[in-house]
Amino acid sequence: MLELRRIAYHQEDFHLTADTRISAGFTALIGPSGAGKSTLLNMIAGFLAPTSGQVLWDGQEISGLPPAKRPVSILFQDNNLFPHLTVRANLALAMTTRRPDADQLARIEAALAQVGLGGMGGRRPAALSGGQQGRAALARVLLQDRPLMLLDEPFSALGPALRSEMLDLVARLAAEQGIRVLMVSHAPEDARRVADEVALVSQGALHPPQPTQGFFATPSKQLQAYLGDG
Amino acid sequence: MAQRALPLSSLPRSGAGLWALLVAGLVIGPVTAVIWRAGGLGALGPADFDALWFTLWQAAVSAGLSVALAVPVARALSRQRFPGRGALIALLGAPFILPVIVAVLGLLAVFGGNGLVNQLTGALGLPRIDIYGYHGVILAHVFFNLPLATRLILQGWLAIPAERFRLAASLGAPVGRLLERPMLRRIAPGAFAVIFVICLTSFAVALTLGGGPRATTVELAIYQAFKFDFDLAKAATLALVQLALGIGSALALLLLSPPDGFGAGLDRLQARWDGRSRPAGLCDALWIGFAALFLLTPLAMIVLAGLPGLMVLPVETWQAALRSVSVALGATALTLVLALPLATRAGELAGLLGVAVSGLVLGTGLFLIVQPLMRPAEAALPVTLLVNALMALPFVLRILRPELDAARADFGRLAATLGITGFALWRIVLLPRLRRPLGFAAGLTAALSMGDLGVIALFADGEHATLPLQLYRLMAAYRMEAAQGAALLLLTLSLGLFWLFDKGGRANA
Repeated sequence: MLELRRIAYHQEDFHLTADTRISAGFTALIGPSGAGKSTLLNMIAGFLAPTSGQVLWDGQEISGLPPAKRPVSILFQDNNLFPHLTVRANLALAMTTRRPDADQLARIEAALAQVGLGGMGGRRPAALSGGQQGRAALARVLLQDRPLMLLDEPFSALGPALRSEMLDLVARLAAEQGIRVLMVSHAPEDARRVADEVALVSQGALHPPQPTQGFFATPSKQLQAYLGDG
Repeated sequence: MAQRALPLSSLPRSGAGLWALLVAGLVIGPVTAVIWRAGGLGALGPADFDALWFTLWQAAVSAGLSVALAVPVARALSRQRFPGRGALIALLGAPFILPVIVAVLGLLAVFGGNGLVNQLTGALGLPRIDIYGYHGVILAHVFFNLPLATRLILQGWLAIPAERFRLAASLGAPVGRLLERPMLRRIAPGAFAVIFVICLTSFAVALTLGGGPRATTVELAIYQAFKFDFDLAKAATLALVQLALGIGSALALLLLSPPDGFGAGLDRLQARWDGRSRPAGLCDALWIGFAALFLLTPLAMIVLAGLPGLMVLPVETWQAALRSVSVALGATALTLVLALPLATRAGELAGLLGVAVSGLVLGTGLFLIVQPLMRPAEAALPVTLLVNALMALPFVLRILRPELDAARADFGRLAATLGITGFALWRIVLLPRLRRPLGFAAGLTAALSMGDLGVIALFADGEHATLPLQLYRLMAAYRMEAAQGAALLLLTLSLGLFWLFDKGGRANA
């Protein structure tokens, strides 16, 4: 379980606070752009240090750890694969910076098959379609096998149908592997589709997550302001 | 306790400070030796002040002429479409990697005593022109810097948004006053400053075409103090003068922050609605013809005159060529090893020391340090290698830093989540991302080092000469056929090294 304990982040005119627990299998953070969704994700992943407060995982503080030592993996908006390396070499980096051994190669093939890219390990990312690149990146985070997967506006370069398909795949494979997911999105329909709980980030604060159905069925004032009349 | 996650920017940059100190030390050590040995400015005679005055004067005239001539050439190139336009613009980049002494030989073949121009004026009964002296120095400097000025100014022209030209055309407004003059006011001072600084430290041109009381630069005076008087105190004092010149102009450059000439995409063509009239077209054609003829004829003469000379090259020339290639490869390796960890803001400032301090100043300092320990001739090649590497460093940093910053911005977070740090980060992420600029930078360094005739002239004897020095000696001995052959060999090796490295960076990328 992820706990954000009295987190505050200040930079010039930007202020953000968070003090809540995130425990659902799939949680979505939604809110207007510039509200601080990605800032929160960056603090959890270790790219930004909070001004004060702590990030805890299962009761252990992780705020001081470098990104690679945290129990998290992350899918970025773009640049999830090194373009000069084959898909196989990219996936190997999830486990080692040396030459992968036979066991690791077998796991790479298995992960590729899981995301529907069986036999494509020898290709460079540029030889894959946008959807296939997303699948390869997903295989990479599955191989990292961290208990928490962060998604930063994932697959935003894909069209709506392909994006929904990819989100369903992420939700299914993460659930199968017992990985919890925390997704940042500005699209409420994405959250509705895959999230168990949704939390709103607005007016400088992270609000506690609520079950998805109730969240949208009885929207708070701030959510109404964000969603508009729709 | 405030716990800090590692700030991303610091991850792959550890050690940059140490390297910056090392490079600064390599420059400051020799400079300290120079200051130690110099007799103070009181030791300068009237001839030395003449050299100082001539250095400033020729640099100002060369820079002024280069920029003034570049304006109409750049305008013609920016608005006219003609076959060979792309090739001509690519050729404008060539003087940067063209060995100075080769260009001088080419200019001699055109403007020298028996050159094309004098044959023509002789046949017409006109007075002969003499290339030796201040006008030769300026001619050579314009030959080298007109292309650079044209590239810089062309960049300014191409940076004017197409919408502005469309707006001016629809209003029938004068493009020159509205768009071009403000751009030139912004770009031209920077271009002038860059070329002024380049001409301040030009040694090989003054060595071959200048000399005498009316055309001796400070750098040449340093050389003469070594070679003719073996007056180390005087050489050191002159080096101090040159150092002050260099630091002053480097500071001026930092303030002006001129554009750099490596910009890609210069062969783009703008859609414009002026310059379509017949007189404008004719005028542009004349300027392009002038620039092409002025730049291409000397190069063509090198190739034509050099071919027969290749057959009669003395064996020492081939040995010198081998030495030069080794020095060039060594300097390239050293430059890249220094440049990679230094590709940061602080590192770039340390690297700039290489621009402020001229090769001859560094050479004088190193000579003073080395001389009590060993015969200077034995240190000639290592010292040349070191000085070449330091001279190339600022250019290499200018090429690599933006690419390295981009690689870090694009893939730094991905590498951090995967735990790729330290040497693995360079091996797996950064070096592969930098392949193209590394190839280009290596090619540039190798060509610059291959063609350098500077500090080697202070140190070397016959057994340690590089190819440019060997070529100079052939010229000084009036063995012109062999000199022309050596020039062709040097040209081929310089361009060949550049091409090989640059191509290596592009393959499979």
